[in-house]
Amino acid sequence: MVESDVSMSRSSESTRRGARLRLLQMHYESCVGHIGGNLSCLDVLLELFHERMCSGDQFVLSKGHAAGALYITLWSKGLISEAHLSTFHRDGTLLSGHPPASGVPGVTFATGSLGHGLSLAAGLALSSRWLGSPETVYCLTSDGEWNEGSMWEALIFATHQDLNNLVVIMDQNGLQGFGSTQDVADLSPLAEKFRSFGLTVLEVDGHADNILPAPNEIPDHRGPLIVLAKTVKGKGVSFMENRMEWHYLPLKSEQYAQARLELEQ
Amino acid sequence: MRRAFCDGLTQQAQRNDFVFLTGDLGYAALETLREAMGSRFLNAGVAEQNLVGVSAGLAKAGLRPWIYSIAPFLYARPFEQIRNDLCLHRLPVVVVGNGGGYGYGVMGATHHAIEDYGVLLTLSGMTVQIPAFDRDLESLLPQLFEATGPVYLRLGLGEQPDNVQPPDYQPWRKLMAGSAGTLIAVGPLAGGYWRDLVALDPSQRPSLWCLSTLPIGALPEELVAELRQTRKLVIAEEHVAQGSAGHSIMVQMLRSGLGGVSVDHVTAVGYPSGTYGSQRFHRKECGLDSASIRGRFTEGEQR
Repeated sequence: MVESDVSMSRSSESTRRGARLRLLQMHYESCVGHIGGNLSCLDVLLELFHERMCSGDQFVLSKGHAAGALYITLWSKGLISEAHLSTFHRDGTLLSGHPPASGVPGVTFATGSLGHGLSLAAGLALSSRWLGSPETVYCLTSDGEWNEGSMWEALIFATHQDLNNLVVIMDQNGLQGFGSTQDVADLSPLAEKFRSFGLTVLEVDGHADNILPAPNEIPDHRGPLIVLAKTVKGKGVSFMENRMEWHYLPLKSEQYAQARLELEQ
Repeated sequence: MRRAFCDGLTQQAQRNDFVFLTGDLGYAALETLREAMGSRFLNAGVAEQNLVGVSAGLAKAGLRPWIYSIAPFLYARPFEQIRNDLCLHRLPVVVVGNGGGYGYGVMGATHHAIEDYGVLLTLSGMTVQIPAFDRDLESLLPQLFEATGPVYLRLGLGEQPDNVQPPDYQPWRKLMAGSAGTLIAVGPLAGGYWRDLVALDPSQRPSLWCLSTLPIGALPEELVAELRQTRKLVIAEEHVAQGSAGHSIMVQMLRSGLGGVSVDHVTAVGYPSGTYGSQRFHRKECGLDSASIRGRFTEGEQR
């Protein structure tokens, strides 16, 4: 893949706005949904890739339906070109609706069926035990994804193996496929559940100026670090915010115009 | 075969890219390997979905993971992880299923693996190895460290006849000559047939071929030539007909223009009596025992 002609330096407000606009444009031009859950995690991804991840660090997108947000983030880092971005979700693209198995720098695994990413990330994190590399592995999950038993299998494993080079970030937007997380399978109190494993849990605002702790600010911890990022599904577009239907809907032209207007203001 | 498996892998224990993960199985079988590998032998617990996913992460990082469990627990429960995490990425993980076919006998149907390789061969890039004899593992295991994609290794009970030496491990091996027809057996079944039929006069017994690697490509030329002569083929496998090696063989026969060959395909058929027993019991119920197979040749004209 050709490198991008656009590279943004950090996850500033203007970067966030530019990324949101480009994400909406990409989804609108391709007539693709899944916008709400992309907008909820975009700020986390931008900060992670621009300000937190170091050389050698790895990222696994367990909530594969946020592929658009990942592509936009990689575009903002110069890893995906504008030309490639314009192929999103079209015939012959590398940028499928969920991340592909190969061909896109920064995409480690094909994901999309929920409940896979944490085990994959745990394997990457575990490999450093024998390969001696000090990388941190970041894994972004959705909140509804924790309905999957495999997530808990992975958590038990990562905790028992004391994978403290693994950071698990949950995009806690409170809405899943056909209802709210509270109504479908309430896991509250979520932080307490993770803490009962003996894990360190950070509860953060997923849209704050600084969302994730800097590497030197991460508290000492055993096992994976859990970051519960409270987010808003459809963040930044008034008629999408906290609306479940924007898990699915593509934008109509008038909606796209309104969304652009809101974001440009 | 588990002992040969353990011994063979123990010889590879010093490879620094080799990691072995078990789904909490291997008691009284894998202790030697565990001791030899130290921290690179991991009991990942009773969590097969995670086991496969973790192995994908390890392989992505450049390691050579082998994962182990009772066969059905490892191909059926985490099928999606094998499909997505291993096969889509063509990662060289060796998935070791112990007790292929009815290997776990009277332990019951949940422990049997009679549709394992058919299911797995639907996946792109998957290779299946079904060694027939314990000694096969000596040469096969080192080869699997060179695999460029996922491999399913189906372990069974090796049945090597006394006083014979099988040819070295190959996808196809001719074990015994005979002129009563041609018998192709998949994996360990071949050893039992060899043992039970070798004493017959060559004119009264079939030639015996052992198939161990799937998917198959073109049939060996010697086999094609033989079938043109014998015009009678029996294929035996401890696997259901759907997705079977036999169906692949028949496709290859058509591609080779092999017409006029009578084909008898003997497969696992589940639990026809509704009762359970040893592997030998289930083979007999399916007509996979040596006497039934021999009958396919002696009574062939009546079928």
